[in-house]
Amino acid sequence: MTINQLSIFIENKEGKLADLTSTLAKENIDIRAMSVADTQDFGILRLIVSDTDRAIAALKETGCIVSVTQVLAISISDTPGSLSTVLRILSDNHISVEYVYAFITRRQEGAYVVFRVADNQAAAELLTKHGVKLATKDDIDAL
Amino acid sequence: MAKYFQPEIETAPLETIREIQNERLINTVNRVYNNVELYRERMNAAGVKPEDIRSIDDLHKLPFTYKQDLRDTYPYGMMAVPMSEVVELHASSGTTGKQIVVGYTENDLKSWADICARQLYAVGADENDYVHVAYGYGLFTGGFGLHIGAKRIGATTIPVSSGNTPRQITILKDFGSTVLCCTPSYALYIGETLEQMGLTPDDISLKAGIFGAEPWTEGMRKDIEKKLGLKAYDIYGLTEVMGPGVAFECEEQSGMHVNEDHFIVEIIDPDTGEVLPVGEEGEIVFTCITKEAFPILRYRTRDIGVLSREKCSCGRTFIKMSKPRGRTDDMLIIRGVNVFPSQIETVLTQQGYSANYQLIVDRVNNTDTLDVRVEMSADVFSDTVRNISKKEYELKEALKSLLGLSAKVTLVEPQSIERSTGKAVRVIDKRKLHD
Ligand SMILES: [Zn+2]
Repeated sequence: MTINQLSIFIENKEGKLADLTSTLAKENIDIRAMSVADTQDFGILRLIVSDTDRAIAALKETGCIVSVTQVLAISISDTPGSLSTVLRILSDNHISVEYVYAFITRRQEGAYVVFRVADNQAAAELLTKHGVKLATKDDIDAL
Repeated sequence: MAKYFQPEIETAPLETIREIQNERLINTVNRVYNNVELYRERMNAAGVKPEDIRSIDDLHKLPFTYKQDLRDTYPYGMMAVPMSEVVELHASSGTTGKQIVVGYTENDLKSWADICARQLYAVGADENDYVHVAYGYGLFTGGFGLHIGAKRIGATTIPVSSGNTPRQITILKDFGSTVLCCTPSYALYIGETLEQMGLTPDDISLKAGIFGAEPWTEGMRKDIEKKLGLKAYDIYGLTEVMGPGVAFECEEQSGMHVNEDHFIVEIIDPDTGEVLPVGEEGEIVFTCITKEAFPILRYRTRDIGVLSREKCSCGRTFIKMSKPRGRTDDMLIIRGVNVFPSQIETVLTQQGYSANYQLIVDRVNNTDTLDVRVEMSADVFSDTVRNISKKEYELKEALKSLLGLSAKVTLVEPQSIERSTGKAVRVIDKRKLHD
């Protein structure tokens, strides 16, 4: 139901992002999706990668603070307008979305949207009830 | 396993300790009056003769010794024996000005080994242990003090010295070190490196750590204990007085027993020099009563602490001193408020931050500013900006209620504050650049 997202603390300094991505590249870890939230002093890098465990090990070795966050992902290629539909369903049911980002793939299915909500279980049940198909770990791994 | 290295003295009744102190003080005062010019002059100027000192109740009549006195008599002016009897020299780093040199006779080294042996026994070590000494060896007293103490108890002594942290970990693993001795900031660094190397405390065999040479907090103690899987004990000492082992922590982990058969401790008001009753906070002052080569009277340590005569569950009767709150030298005055770095460290660790921090003090438009730079920790980190900002706000509020002033907080990445294999640099005071 949920997929693994890596959350990493970064300072707003030049070259930080490049250092991190090259750490992952050296380990042959693919970055499926990336989003950065930043404030004046620091940022939070959110990644969905091909091998979560290996990525954590590699990042920790460089001294990073990294945590795994369970997020929901849906594929939105075959049902146009589904993003707004999904957001509407969630807000109608008072489930607030902490953050959201999208990523595209080379495959037919096209785009995925990632949601971070407080209660994954409740949100997943709600979306499933409304016929929204959630991406699984296997779906993401197969990309 | 015996609990005390020298039970007869470590658990002696107070009257016995008093008698020993009286006799040794009288003896020391006579020796320094005859052999050390500075003391003879000071005592004459104060109108005090050796015969005026009949017991420790007369201690307050004696003049203080200041660090500057030790600089002024550099290198050998304070020695109370001929240099032919001095078998070893050590020196303080002299970060501010000229360094100071201290000497030891064969008997002094024996006393030093004894007091470090008491510390080792107090943390549960004996001849079956592997004592890993990661204090710097050399003129600094840290390394050699614990080294001779470890040999004294018949432990297997591993003189690693400080630095080369990955190698420290290899040795911890391969040699099976059970007791680690180093500065608390270096212990934390070793713990972080262990984690980064993908290892856990289960991969090493440490059971106890003896950490000193810089002030540290209870929060830091918990952090080190968790990272290294050991019990962390505080040890106190100064090169000028002896080196590590002047006071040592027992299983209670609530203050350090002062080795009263070797040192007399007093707490004074740093401004007036007046002796304060036990239980009041003030500057810690030591008088050496067994040292032959470098006996100093009423040495002003500039450390701020409290004494306690309360009965300790460990059975030792030596008076206990609190973890020093900090040196008067380290005390910052920011917008007229007195601040010890250790107070800020306490707030940081209570709020879940690491004890890796640096205080940047500056002056902008004639107003002092304080920037607390602290490394992000796994406990504080979250995947949402909202949560981190909330924690950051709480920290600022806690600092404000402690200091009565607003500090800036800067969250930095782990490992970005420079690590020290010895004493950590906690304060960068840029105001001095403007003066
Ligand atoms: Zn005790």
